[in-house]
Amino acid sequence: MDKLVIQLLNESRERIYTRWMDEMERVRDEHRLQSITDAAYEETNKELFEIIYTHIEQNVHKPTDRMTQFAEHLMKIGWRLSYITQGLQTFRRIILAVLLDANQSNDKVYSMYDEIDRWIDPIVNQLINESAKNWENTVSIQKVALQELSAPLIPVFENISVMPLIGTIDTERAKLIMENLLTGVIKHRSQVVLIDITGVPVVDTMVAHHIIQAAEAVRLVGAQCILVGIRPEIAQTIVNLGIDLGQFPTKSTLFKGMKTALEMTKRKMIEIE
Amino acid sequence: MNIQSCVEVRNEWDIVKARQSGRNIAKELGFGTVDQARITTAISELARNIYLYAGNGAVAIERVENGGKFGLKIEASDSGPGIKDIRKVMEDGFTTSGGLGAGLPGVKRLMDEFTIDSKENEGTVITSIKWLR
Repeated sequence: MDKLVIQLLNESRERIYTRWMDEMERVRDEHRLQSITDAAYEETNKELFEIIYTHIEQNVHKPTDRMTQFAEHLMKIGWRLSYITQGLQTFRRIILAVLLDANQSNDKVYSMYDEIDRWIDPIVNQLINESAKNWENTVSIQKVALQELSAPLIPVFENISVMPLIGTIDTERAKLIMENLLTGVIKHRSQVVLIDITGVPVVDTMVAHHIIQAAEAVRLVGAQCILVGIRPEIAQTIVNLGIDLGQFPTKSTLFKGMKTALEMTKRKMIEIE
Repeated sequence: MNIQSCVEVRNEWDIVKARQSGRNIAKELGFGTVDQARITTAISELARNIYLYAGNGAVAIERVENGGKFGLKIEASDSGPGIKDIRKVMEDGFTTSGGLGAGLPGVKRLMDEFTIDSKENEGTVITSIKWLR
């Protein structure tokens, strides 16, 4: 950056500081920071201001490590990125006003304007990129975590396994259900698999179709499916839709299904005296 | 009081969003659990049809009144390829996507009123109403 500009900014640092703090106080509500104490808000503002100024002093065109760390820390405690980006934008507005006040020629003002834009924009861009990357990372981790939970097959007794399904079934999940069912049935040598749909909020034709296909595939590998956890309202919608679930046994609760499964494998539950 | 919502359907998760808002509105209007399930399932079918066949469209849900009777109206609209033979899609078991072919006839049975308006290469509008009893 131009030496003259830096000099000018250093000279009027106090003035810029007060104006900037005023502006930041005014936009506080926008960033939902009302719950933070005045002292803490002022302290953070002060720190941000100093960090912005170090950019000028060191004459760098990308966020310094201190800036990145500061941003990361604020995000971690739940502040919005817009707080920092707005801080930078407000800063730009104020220093432009200050430079204009300094009575420079038109050409000079234009080149300063240009310079400051080129200085601040990369900083803002990189901060936004970093934060977007962080989000993408979080989302993809959660996606993996969700996938691991989405279709578990639990061997309960010898030859009997249960697959409890909770939540919405989409195409992706339906694929997983099918895969896990088939590999699990073979791995655990299951003869009977209970699919529990108590936690599935809506059974439409697609969900039913996937369940029918899964049950048919399980039959092909020599095991038997029992569909359990059919709530009364789900039973009615299935009938209304005209879906035929007649190829395999269905039960209202997991308990009843388990009893049937034990009978199918020639065992039963008894109470001990 | 005018309860309504409109959900754009572009991906599979929008289907969930559409039926969620449908369920909430149905609950607010005082539908019982069975009718709530019917309405959400119907929305699910219509939204999925939009996603599968048209790519994108919208599902609008609103409260309607007719001579002191209240009901919930679903309007699923898209500007997709349209339906060639409406009589055929209303037959049970007819499908072009390898599904069960129970969607549209199923929705008709789940709801009280059902109309399809479709022009080839222009799009489809399906309107369906469930009356509060």
